[in-house]
Amino acid sequence: MHIYLPIAEVSVNAFLLLGLGGLVGILSGMFGVGGGFLLTPLLFFIGIPPAVAVATQANQIVASSVSGVLAHLRRKTVDFKMGGVLLAGGLAGSVGGVAVFNALREIGQVDLMVTLCYVVFLGIIGALMFVESLRAIHRAHRGGSTVPKRRQRGWIDALPLKMKFRASGLYLSVIPPLLVGAAVGVLAAIMGVGGGFIMLPAMIYILGMPTKVVVGTSLFQITFVTAFTTLLHAVTNQTVDMVLALVLLIGGVLGAQIGTGLGHRMKAEQLRILLAILVLLVCGKLALDLLLQPRELFTLGGGR
Amino acid sequence: MLWRALLLCLALAMPARAEQVVAGLSQARVSITTNFAGSEILIFGAVKRTAPLPAEGGLNVVVTVAGPSVPVTVWRKARRLGIWVNSEAVTIDAAPSFYAVATTAPLTQALSDTEDLRHKVSIPRAIRAVGTADEAPEAETFTEALVRIRQKQGLYQILPGAVSLTEQTLFRTSIALPANLTEGDYRTRIFLTREGAVIDAYETTIGVRKVGLERWVFNLAHDNPVAYGLLALAIAVGAGWGASTVFRMLRG
Repeated sequence: MHIYLPIAEVSVNAFLLLGLGGLVGILSGMFGVGGGFLLTPLLFFIGIPPAVAVATQANQIVASSVSGVLAHLRRKTVDFKMGGVLLAGGLAGSVGGVAVFNALREIGQVDLMVTLCYVVFLGIIGALMFVESLRAIHRAHRGGSTVPKRRQRGWIDALPLKMKFRASGLYLSVIPPLLVGAAVGVLAAIMGVGGGFIMLPAMIYILGMPTKVVVGTSLFQITFVTAFTTLLHAVTNQTVDMVLALVLLIGGVLGAQIGTGLGHRMKAEQLRILLAILVLLVCGKLALDLLLQPRELFTLGGGR
Repeated sequence: MLWRALLLCLALAMPARAEQVVAGLSQARVSITTNFAGSEILIFGAVKRTAPLPAEGGLNVVVTVAGPSVPVTVWRKARRLGIWVNSEAVTIDAAPSFYAVATTAPLTQALSDTEDLRHKVSIPRAIRAVGTADEAPEAETFTEALVRIRQKQGLYQILPGAVSLTEQTLFRTSIALPANLTEGDYRTRIFLTREGAVIDAYETTIGVRKVGLERWVFNLAHDNPVAYGLLALAIAVGAGWGASTVFRMLRG
């Protein structure tokens, strides 16, 4: 059964879309990641115009992060104050990101920029995760467990504008969380991702937040930043495809529930190494497209 | 004398209008619905004659269907710092979003070059109809690339021999409109030719429109983007909240 997407103006197989949404949903349920960083490139591969894929993806992430943040609100694992500061940075970053995105679209380089961002980020994250989980497996085999050392936050403690974050038990400058939030906002606008994969490590290693509030707080920030990004894309580019978002959503929601069940049955290190391999595969495919001579040297863009 | 001269004039003028096209389409509208997966248009008709069938010169029928013409930017990739990036662009002022040309015989045989130039029938001429911007020295290769890419997508079709002509009178052909169609008025032309010269032409339009939900979503997105964005968010929040509630109930 084909479905004609009114904004993307392409006809795609509805089951393929449901399947992709479901597959990414399963992964996000299993690994606890948003999955946007996988779904957006997959949408490119099936022929959705990149501008539509990125904008629609932001809309879809709103749905999955809402259901996530609700669960964390019930468990009271959201640091609202920290979330608010991250959000303020995120909104500014999102405005900047959409502006960059539109400027690149004008000069015809948006595909390149998006692909490059993906290759760089997926490459770094995939490699880090791979090494980290190999080490964890190695440690588990030796039996001994080493407690990870608490990072020293020397330069961060020297910054002004300090604030108390009670839920995280921190007293620190608002500048680093604002910057982290802004970076994530830019990524949300350009790559159509929630940015959890950047924010989580940043919150733990740079800000030194306790792990228990990290996921809830990042979801809180992601929900609002992606919602804002969706609106910006809808107003400035008209590239949010409601029908596409809805089909992906249905698949994603069902997949996430299956994935959560599967995730409980597997070991954390095995899961992480699987995810790392997957991330590296997607990265490799995108990198090859950039490095190898394409069969068709010409591409069509919209006229001006 | 005057009478004879008049008759002679008529007789000379006759061949041009001796054969006329009478045509019909299986549908004058194509509706893009949510499950639109392409459409087939049947174009048929007959040749009306006021004089006996000429003894020599074969009759040919040329049918063209053209989507709305819009500007297209064609990019060429080049290797920069080891990766392939878009480097040069040529903007083609107007290229039809869809173009099909179906004929009874190969186009060069059915239509002379001068007639092609006059009526802009072949694909390169249909594109160039409004003129190309000469931004690059080899603008030619960019136009060729546009035709090649669109042909691969089924948006440009050259169909020699696809028009069947029976008894020099009845003709019919079918044009497949692909699923990735854009909206607009599709100009449909039928030419009758003899020895490459056009002796009669007929023109009509096929309206391709989004309908129902597709129409509504598209209009809202363009006419009232703020409301559209808010609606998209409401759906997303509703779905997220709904899913978490439903699955919590199922588990609990």
